[in-house]
Amino acid sequence: MTQSNYLPLVLGVPVVGVAAVLPFLVDGYWLSVAVYVLMYTALSTSWALFSGPTRYIALSTGAFFGVGGYLVGTGMSDYEQSYWTMLVIAPIVATILAALIGLVTLRLSGVYFVIFTLGLAEMIRNLVSWVQNNFLGSRGLYVLTDLTEEHIYWMLLAITVAVFLFGWLLGRSRLGFALRILGNDEQVAQHVGIDTARAKVILFMTTGFFAALVGAVVAPRYYYIEPNVVFSPELSFLVVIMALLGGIHRLWGPLLGVIPFTLLWEVITVYLPNATTMALGIAFLLIVYFIPHGVVGLAEKFLKRGEV
Amino acid sequence: MDIVISGLLLGGSYALIAMGLNLQYGVARIMNLANGELLVLGALAAFWVFTTTGMSPLVTLFAVAILGFAGSWAVYRIFLAPLVRRSANQGQLEVDSILATFGMSFFLVGVMVSIHSEYFTYSFLASPVALLGTTVALNRLVAFCFAVLIGGGLYLWLNRTRAGLAVRAVAVSPEAAGLVGINVDRVSALAFAVGGMVTGVAGVLVSTFITLDASVGVIFTMKALIIVIMGGVGDIRGSIIAALILGMVESAVATLIDPGLTLASAYLIFLLILLFRPQGLFGRRAA
Amino acid sequence: MKRRNFLALAGLLTAGLMSTSALAADPIKFGVVSHLTGPLAGGEAVTHIPNIELWVQQVNDRGGLSVGGEKRPIEIVTYDDKTNPAEHIKAVQRLATQDKVDFMLSPYGTGFNLAAAPIYAKYNYPLIAVTSITDEIEELTEKFPNMFFTLGSTTGFVEGAVATLAKLRDQGAIGNKVAMVNVADAFGIELADAARPKFVEAGFEIVYDKSYPLGTPDLSPVVKGAKAASPDAFVAWSYPPDTFALAEQSIIEDLDVGAYYSAVATAFPAFSKKFGGKIEGVLGAGGINPDTSAMKEYRSAHEEVTGKIPDYWASATYYAQLQILEQAIEGVGEIDQAAVIDYIKANEFDTVIGPVKFDKHNNSDRYWSVGQWRDGQFRAVADTGMGDSADPVAKEGWN
Repeated sequence: MTQSNYLPLVLGVPVVGVAAVLPFLVDGYWLSVAVYVLMYTALSTSWALFSGPTRYIALSTGAFFGVGGYLVGTGMSDYEQSYWTMLVIAPIVATILAALIGLVTLRLSGVYFVIFTLGLAEMIRNLVSWVQNNFLGSRGLYVLTDLTEEHIYWMLLAITVAVFLFGWLLGRSRLGFALRILGNDEQVAQHVGIDTARAKVILFMTTGFFAALVGAVVAPRYYYIEPNVVFSPELSFLVVIMALLGGIHRLWGPLLGVIPFTLLWEVITVYLPNATTMALGIAFLLIVYFIPHGVVGLAEKFLKRGEV
Repeated sequence: MDIVISGLLLGGSYALIAMGLNLQYGVARIMNLANGELLVLGALAAFWVFTTTGMSPLVTLFAVAILGFAGSWAVYRIFLAPLVRRSANQGQLEVDSILATFGMSFFLVGVMVSIHSEYFTYSFLASPVALLGTTVALNRLVAFCFAVLIGGGLYLWLNRTRAGLAVRAVAVSPEAAGLVGINVDRVSALAFAVGGMVTGVAGVLVSTFITLDASVGVIFTMKALIIVIMGGVGDIRGSIIAALILGMVESAVATLIDPGLTLASAYLIFLLILLFRPQGLFGRRAA
Repeated sequence: MKRRNFLALAGLLTAGLMSTSALAADPIKFGVVSHLTGPLAGGEAVTHIPNIELWVQQVNDRGGLSVGGEKRPIEIVTYDDKTNPAEHIKAVQRLATQDKVDFMLSPYGTGFNLAAAPIYAKYNYPLIAVTSITDEIEELTEKFPNMFFTLGSTTGFVEGAVATLAKLRDQGAIGNKVAMVNVADAFGIELADAARPKFVEAGFEIVYDKSYPLGTPDLSPVVKGAKAASPDAFVAWSYPPDTFALAEQSIIEDLDVGAYYSAVATAFPAFSKKFGGKIEGVLGAGGINPDTSAMKEYRSAHEEVTGKIPDYWASATYYAQLQILEQAIEGVGEIDQAAVIDYIKANEFDTVIGPVKFDKHNNSDRYWSVGQWRDGQFRAVADTGMGDSADPVAKEGWN
């Protein structure tokens, strides 16, 4: 197993080093593209940490991301907390939420789990809007900070590095081993004495934690938080799509989905500004037909348990 | 009584939205993320024909049904059948069909935006009808009647005809169905096409009382997914009952508790049902 | 891998852009990031896009803008953000640093104007926000001195609606019972929140006060609930799809109120097209004075060039933004964003909505806040600083 040696770590250091000085090398546009790439890399990679080995497709990224962004907004606007306080609180709340969700969804499998997480995300979005409407009231959720795009980029880079480090450590740990067995056959995993419930819940918590952290970090870019924008179901779908495009059985798989996807999007936007959506749709179809196994080519075993 | 009537009407439109996807996912095994866009396409057709020629959406409906059937058949044969054939297992097919239909949904949104980028809104049969002591909108009542017709028709077709039997056999197990001599490829295409037809017709009907726009399809896709899963994949009764439950719950909560909680409570019911029946109301236990 | 791709693509993009700009005869480039798809696309298509089309045609028919002693045509660079803030930010950055556009037009929606503001500020572009309604104008313009507001504040809109109802009550047309509903999303929540105390202050009694989620498919329980409270006035802080749905349900339920108000999209021509004469007397956010010659000229040109009737609210103000930019650029006489910003601050502009002058908080405190459908036109009946509103009349049934 490649995960068991230190080569990725050695290779990773110069990459991160280059990434860290990127803001000094490129203009604002490429920086914002890089922010976009990092945001989706962190989200897709942490998503794949759970969904890759367990093959449970979660469509709840948008909910956790939204919790992060929304808590920052409401904390700063309604409770006059500092951004940094909320940056700490938001992921903790999301992690607790993820633990609860993880516990109640243990019985679900395949597509039922997928759509459960989608319904849950929608319920959270509606509940938050309702609570905001009836109990908090609002003159708008403003996130006014002095953070620049560079600051946000570095924070996202730090999160992305943390996700990769976590994933690398996980690959070497007992928990990671347990998850792989679990993904291959849950019954076998139980027979050999793996606490499958615990493993699944812990991993789900980490995806919730990272998604909320990303949501909280990018909130200052949005300036004005609308619950129905930050709790975006589209985000949940995009994270899954990008990870699938890349491949979810390698730690760096989603990265290989996010980068081509982002660049493809940019090229289409520049050359076909009035038909971006249509062209993107065609590009997707071409990818499916001509790159059948994702960028990494490992998607073939994916979702074995999607079988009804 | 208000609650029951408006719950039934709402449930009827939810059933319209979900029945097509149930056939497509339950039988043809295609998780069709472009389902909502197809619905909006039906709505756009009704709106466009009505505002340019004044022709009744109830006439457009038949054209949309035919085109929906033929279009979906072609989409399945040309784009999806190759994916079905090349995929070694259900998991691979799901990944491919999710990505492919996601692409199709983008494409359709782009097409519709270029046709009409504003809201699709018009008035058709927007008059009150007194029904059992309450007032309902005629267009919703008409949609409900169509939902009953379509739901009943699908049920009879699936349960009383040879073709329906084949479709149900494929829904249970494509492998076994193939072994007993059913042409799985053809039956899947048929189910996918009928599903597309129902969804297109649903779009026409829904457009008479809900204001849509080119980009709103994903909302309907999500609603349909939730209803299909809540009812159980591959069983048309499940979708209809799930749709009615959601309609009733939303209507009751809106009237008795707070309209602000309607959608939240509908999702809550969905979650609770899955927690107690992890395979949906009528679903079979995962093999 | 990542860096190499970036650079390769950067080269590709730059090459592409250079070849396109070499073709045109030195036009002035305006950038705009639109919601061509996504939840706000429907509103953008009504209020923003046709105005840009109209303006470009008018200016280029005249030969262009007079800058540095010559006429230069204008060219628009548009990107689609899919109504997604992250995409929006990226596209604005692209306009600023890759396309190096000379000016940018404001985006649709409060959230998008605010998300874009830091980038406009960083590259020193003037941002004349139109479809952006907030109560934080002072704080925002202090942070972004290049940002201007033209369509009014949240409180201004609420005060307009409250004042209109108060007028109707004082005429004896309605009593003091108000049923209020709102869409549970940012703008709806803010308006409802601001309205509650103001209605009470004005002596109204709120007999029904509920929200409904964005995307509610059936609003009949809301209208039934409001009707059961037998209000004299019905106020909905609504978004486009629900504005249509609430009116349709109110017709079906025969919600008999002397004043019926709904917010965004009441001013859309599609609203009148859908309901015809039934909405006579309906109140809503926006309104214009259709009688000034500038407005008449604008409306007929809009219809002629784009084939569409402009809406009766922000369309004209969005066009005014374009006029302000045009006058400021020609006034400065060269492509100098900083000078244009100073020029906008210092001068008064003659626009389709009348004279526009920004105060020390970069706010133009002249706008219509409430309109009323009368004989197929949505005429302003309340305003801030305009002074040309008609008197509101009571709504008499839905026929």
